[in-house]
Amino acid sequence: MLRLLSGLILAASAAAADDRPVLTVYTYEAFLSEGSPGPAVRPLFEAECDCVLRFVGVGDGADLVARLRLEGPGAEADVVLGLDTNLTAAAAATGLFAPHGLPLPEALAVPGGWDDPLFLPFDWSWLAFVYDETRLPEPPTSFADLLDAPDDVTIVVQDPRTSTPGLGLLMWVKHLYGDEAASVWERLAPRIVTVTRSWWEAYSAFLAGEAAMALSWSTSPAWHRHVQDDDTKRAALFDDGHYLQIEVAGVLASSRQPELARRFLAFMLSEPFQSLLPTTHWMYPAIALQDGLPPAYDGLIAPETSRLFPSEDVPAIREAALAEWLDVMSR
Amino acid sequence: MARRDEPVTEALPRRVALTGGAALVLLLALTLGSVAVVALRAERAGALGPADWRALSFTLRQAFWSAALSTAFAIPLARALARRRFPGRAALTTLLGAPFLLPSIIAILGVIAVWGRSGWVSEALMAAGLARLNVYGMPGVLIAHVFFNLPLATRLMLQAYAAVPPERWRIAAQLGVEGRALFRLLEWPAIRAAAPGAFALVFSICATSFAIALALGGGPRATTLEVAIYEAAAVSFDLDRAARLAAVQFAVCAAAALAALALAAPPAAGFGVRLCVERWDGRGRAARAADALALALAILFLALPLAGVAARGVAGLGALTGAAGAAVWAAAGRSLAVALGSTLLTALLALPLAALVAALDRRPFAARLAEAGALTPLAASPFVIGVALFVVLRPVADPAALALPLTALVNAAMATPFAVRILAPAIRDAEADHGRLADSLGLSGWTRTRAVHVGRLRAPLGFALGLAAALSAGDLGVIALFSRPDAPTLPLLMHLLAGSRNVDAAFGAAFVLTGLAFALFLGFDRLGRGR
Amino acid sequence: MIAVEGLRVRAGGFLLEADVVVPAGALCAVIGPSGAGKSTLLAAVAGFAPVEAGRVSAAGRDLAGLAPAERPVTLLFQENNLFPHLTVARNVGLGLRPSLSLTRPERARVDAALAETGLEGLGERLPEQLSGGQRQRAALARALLRDRPALLLDEPFAALGPGLRAEMMALVERLTAPRGIAVLMVTHHPDEARRADLAAFCALTAQGGRIDGARPAAALFADPPAGLAAYLGDAGGDLAPR
Repeated sequence: MLRLLSGLILAASAAAADDRPVLTVYTYEAFLSEGSPGPAVRPLFEAECDCVLRFVGVGDGADLVARLRLEGPGAEADVVLGLDTNLTAAAAATGLFAPHGLPLPEALAVPGGWDDPLFLPFDWSWLAFVYDETRLPEPPTSFADLLDAPDDVTIVVQDPRTSTPGLGLLMWVKHLYGDEAASVWERLAPRIVTVTRSWWEAYSAFLAGEAAMALSWSTSPAWHRHVQDDDTKRAALFDDGHYLQIEVAGVLASSRQPELARRFLAFMLSEPFQSLLPTTHWMYPAIALQDGLPPAYDGLIAPETSRLFPSEDVPAIREAALAEWLDVMSR
Repeated sequence: MARRDEPVTEALPRRVALTGGAALVLLLALTLGSVAVVALRAERAGALGPADWRALSFTLRQAFWSAALSTAFAIPLARALARRRFPGRAALTTLLGAPFLLPSIIAILGVIAVWGRSGWVSEALMAAGLARLNVYGMPGVLIAHVFFNLPLATRLMLQAYAAVPPERWRIAAQLGVEGRALFRLLEWPAIRAAAPGAFALVFSICATSFAIALALGGGPRATTLEVAIYEAAAVSFDLDRAARLAAVQFAVCAAAALAALALAAPPAAGFGVRLCVERWDGRGRAARAADALALALAILFLALPLAGVAARGVAGLGALTGAAGAAVWAAAGRSLAVALGSTLLTALLALPLAALVAALDRRPFAARLAEAGALTPLAASPFVIGVALFVVLRPVADPAALALPLTALVNAAMATPFAVRILAPAIRDAEADHGRLADSLGLSGWTRTRAVHVGRLRAPLGFALGLAAALSAGDLGVIALFSRPDAPTLPLLMHLLAGSRNVDAAFGAAFVLTGLAFALFLGFDRLGRGR
Repeated sequence: MIAVEGLRVRAGGFLLEADVVVPAGALCAVIGPSGAGKSTLLAAVAGFAPVEAGRVSAAGRDLAGLAPAERPVTLLFQENNLFPHLTVARNVGLGLRPSLSLTRPERARVDAALAETGLEGLGERLPEQLSGGQRQRAALARALLRDRPALLLDEPFAALGPGLRAEMMALVERLTAPRGIAVLMVTHHPDEARRADLAAFCALTAQGGRIDGARPAAALFADPPAGLAAYLGDAGGDLAPR
């Protein structure tokens, strides 16, 4: 963080002194704090672009779209990084994004492939319920199993209105149960200890013992193993499938440096950027890395079935599912 | 020089009218004006849905119970504190000030440490073979709100006790009036005068509750209006709905304020009064037991969450090494700057406003109106203010570059109601005691202020500004809307650290933040008391 | 009788030393500059200030260790003697019993006390509906019902005009002398002190204040000690222009 700060101060003075172009990237805050990819990415890109890379943190992924709509066409950002496929249709509907116009890298390794003209993926993972095997020796083995689990199998989840994993869970239930989703939420509600605004609040509540499981990602146990040398945290493997979260970035049509912006997207899908993600962002990279994944990723769950709505269908599904969810959960 | 151009006791001094009016206009522009700005910027008309009405219903219920419980528990606590002298009483009075100054994020952590499913109470219940508590929802919101507001209500009651002339306690002691008769004779009238005001203040604070409702509400079934406003403004970008919800929130708080004014006896003296009057009653065993019980329960209820946070915070200090430590200290510096700027702004807003309210003493209706204007930030939504500032400033400046000054400004507006409440009675008293003397001597301007007010206002001003500084340092505020990760304040950095899974450092930052808030409060308060 | 012998009362850094005796039925005025401890003397007798040394007795009873309510003493202040939300009758009735509920004969005694102090027909009023003098009359009525052998008055008529003050002084004398009540009254008005039976001067000392016994008022004012003469100024009359 100190490096980031002094770097920024240097960058600011450098920008004032020379006329290197400044590329502004909006992203969510968790991407930027110490130990996250942002601070590591910046010097790498600046070294190769002869430009100044400026990150601006805007709340959570879900807040990014609201911020863009608030700023309208006058946004100062060139690139927005950190939406996911549940948000891309809403983001595209603002009319603020320009086609990325880049070829997909050969090494692209995103489940289900990719063909979005506006957005490019940079990482992905499966949503999963993470538990502590010392506290919960027999986790549910499917979503249906979770619904019938004993009462003490409690969960913490995120609010779909404020958090991308929360929205992912809404889609997960809808994808699994369709019109039955409302009654599934009714059955799920008694074991939901709390619905939090952001991922970390849910996860820290789980770590503090407030619930048996937290909605997180299938890759979260890798962090415990890599950083804390803790092998007790596991993601519960559900045999009826896991919803995918694919995080993306796009170029704003109002960018005054469209070429530089596209160069950043290309860099985003290159080995130097991608190889940072597994141990700073704890998600799968969007390309197959030359050296493969770090050892902490060995033994993570690999669901056979991935679930994902086409992004263009999400807005309509989201609206109905959210109304349903609000109705059940506010009773 | 013995004559003034304008008869001061009748007309409003021009200086007071101008500066007070300007402060009032600025405050109303920030609060009511922001609702209008946001409504105008809305893209579509978003009607209030069933979930919004449920949010209104929950807001009213939790605010009512929070206020009722805080006020009810404050009665035995204030009674015990008012009539007991014991070692550590001063420390306990300080402890009473602590929760209100505590950043809400930290108070939430403390409440969970004690009342959560794996908190101390649950562990004790488990050990006794009972079920764990589930704190999320109405119970958690009420516990946290009472934790915050019981001390505030108790303080207001203690002021009412202090407003009873000391002779009356002596007369009662001489007449042998004790226990229930004394309660009816002296204590109940004092409580009766203070309780509606305390109830309404706590109600307003809880009706606009955000962080607590969000963290402990447990989801949509316990959503307050402020959370719904945040969701509409910052998440769904439904600005019309946000503006409507903000208008509903104003109406709710205005109704609470009106009800309080209708119920309340004449206002008690300000915060500066001494809270310690010698007493001769309550020597009986039952009275001593009741007071000991009230004090012990209050100490446990207030101190345990503080201890919970302190324990984890001290442990977290170890994580503040290297880069994380440097970032925390840099953020603490920024928070200090925001707090000091905000404190200055609070003084600039609150002093003229309090002078205006005090000067309008002879016109009760106008005085109430001015006071109501000064209280509008209690009912305002910081999110709506933030979005409005963003919309207004964006064409002319980069809001992100102004994040720190804007945060200071909004925090100052939020602290102004408390400052005006503290300062107005002190100014009124000073005017009543020495105003005419100063007028007869032909004093005006700064000379008059210095003669009449400076000595009298020092203590309440120190207290008010200490409160403003602590509230501003601890509040996440609108910086969350304009955030710049390269220059976070300490509360924002806490969120960032926790968001990047550095939970230990987040607790360490929480500890530093708590220390900063208390140091600011104590610093200003001491300055006011001349030490 | 009120007897204060070798009294030492300390409050913070302030020390009051006092010797004064008031026989039954007599009125003794204590006069002296502000801050010399006149009110502290009354507080000590009434049980509101801790006694460091000396003996305080009333009607022959040693008061040491007695709670304020147990002392054979009634203390009245300059103001705030009445409870504002109780009627005058109820305020006076508190002198009979502290519980606020009175029997019919007790109510009759309240009415009699009100009549004796010139307040007949005003029993149902609230204190705020009375004049300052009437409020002090009500406080005196309550003192009568308490029927204690010692009455302590702390500048009781200071807020009243000269004519009313004289009238109230006469009322106090009329009420207390026949009943044999010893009255100790703090005042800063020489005219009040002059018409008392006894008068005592409370002098400023380096550590606080000191009262060296009471003398017949006429004798004291005829030959005032140096401190009292300075306090009274030019024969207690007009202030010389400075």
